[in-house]
Amino acid sequence: MTAQPAPHSRPQHAARAVSGRSRVLTMSGVDKVFGADVVALEGMELEVREGDFISLLGPSGCGKSTALRLIADLMPPTAGRIEWQGGFHPGDLGVVFQEPTLMPWATVAQNVWLPFRLRGKSFAAARDEVKEALDLVGLGRFMNAYPRELSGGMKMRVSIARAMVTHPRLILMDEPFAALDEITRFKLNNDLLQLKARIGCTVIFVTHSVFESVFLSDRIVVMAARPGRVIRELGVDEPYPRDEDFRTSADYAAHCRAASAALHEAMGDAA
Amino acid sequence: MSIAEDARHVPDGNAPPAQIDAEEARRARTRRIERIARWTLPALVMVLAIWGWHRVVTVNEIPHYILPGPGLVWESLVNDRAMLMDAAWLTFRITFMALILAVLGGAGLAILFNQSRMLEMSFYPYAVILQVTPVVAIAPLIFIYVESKIAGMLICAWIVAFFPVLSSTTLGLNSVDHNLRDLFKIYRASRWQRLVHLQLPSALPYFLGGLRIAGGLSLIGAVVAELVAGTGGIGSGLAFRIQEAGYRLNIARMFAALSLVAAMGVFIFAALSLVSHLLLRKWHESAVKRET
Repeated sequence: MTAQPAPHSRPQHAARAVSGRSRVLTMSGVDKVFGADVVALEGMELEVREGDFISLLGPSGCGKSTALRLIADLMPPTAGRIEWQGGFHPGDLGVVFQEPTLMPWATVAQNVWLPFRLRGKSFAAARDEVKEALDLVGLGRFMNAYPRELSGGMKMRVSIARAMVTHPRLILMDEPFAALDEITRFKLNNDLLQLKARIGCTVIFVTHSVFESVFLSDRIVVMAARPGRVIRELGVDEPYPRDEDFRTSADYAAHCRAASAALHEAMGDAA
Repeated sequence: MSIAEDARHVPDGNAPPAQIDAEEARRARTRRIERIARWTLPALVMVLAIWGWHRVVTVNEIPHYILPGPGLVWESLVNDRAMLMDAAWLTFRITFMALILAVLGGAGLAILFNQSRMLEMSFYPYAVILQVTPVVAIAPLIFIYVESKIAGMLICAWIVAFFPVLSSTTLGLNSVDHNLRDLFKIYRASRWQRLVHLQLPSALPYFLGGLRIAGGLSLIGAVVAELVAGTGGIGSGLAFRIQEAGYRLNIARMFAALSLVAAMGVFIFAALSLVSHLLLRKWHESAVKRET
């Protein structure tokens, strides 16, 4: 199913199209209009392949969160198509929002159990998986704590554990670390890459941080506002695992410069 | 993957006592004094008020059929305790049943309204009308059409008490975190799952706030209903005893019965506050003591 060429040319990233990984999601010509005339997204093209770590990077109002909500099937597109391939489907998603979005009345373990619970799986049956997911984010000892007892970074880890506990093949993240301090954010960036490698999922990650997008992703989709649209796609062809050394490397700096330039272009368009 | 730096945010109950500076010591002293004063000051005010009352009555030689002294009221409480306790028990039963009905009716309607917008648009205005019309004005009509005194009293008390439960629960059901709502949608939760696992827990603090108000209101409703219903068949509640003692110029008994009504109101409020605290203490900000 990877044989046919992408329906729209993506000159910046021709190399990706010949890779052997199967396509899981294709957005073609997707528009989203709110009300009569608020164009949140116009002509969005996106091709996601299995194992990708894609960042949607752009200023606020560029439709990157809208794109994510469309993929999550929280609302229908006004025009265009979103196609799922390779056995992927929108019912098999993990999602992490900007806020930890935990249920304050439930313990950490019960919060992570939620995706199973809504599928009718008892806590006893899901306990091992819940424990494993919490161990993976380093919170195995906090099963019975309540969210209010945790720091912002820990709450976000719980949220990530909840998104991964069902081993979904695609995880959507909407600026998950934007509200955290930089030290915590760097640490969670490192941990996220390790977790992804461990679980082998595909990630679409919305951010407005150039540094975060370069560090994490293998593809950066730069978006501009008014109307929200994709203006450029950049590849970050650096091998994983990436660690602190990558953060200080010249390659990293070069990628950041390229992404910054693209972002400036996006902002300039918007002004 | 270590969480060492995160872990320090967890409240640690047995941290070693740090050096206490002058300001901290002063703050601790203020806290201690306030803790004691919270109970002793109101008690002191009460003792002073009763003593002042006693002085006013004895110094001015006010006749007991105009204003009895506190001693007489106490005597009445003791001597008429059998009758007053019966009356209090009846009033309490009416109040309690009305509160139960108010909770079922208020919360039930809130859930129905929440599930069907059309239903809400159709009936919410009438719930408001029922609430804003003074119950004293409705009560005589109710007793014309309702045979049973008990049922009539329950209806009166319910009319006053259900609205705070309805409006606060409605607010609570609609105050669900938007992201959590999206999350439930993404996980394909059914309407029922969303209600049980998301909306009802979110609404709980609001509901409990409404419940505390409803507790006081159902007592008011019961008292008003008794005054309107008069006696007849079912024995007499505290409000009826107050009225009756008034006709007989037994002012001491009026005060005695009144003090029982007040005590009952305080008891209901305290009991509902306790329920609220027990249900929320683990997770809700209102019930959680600040550690810092």
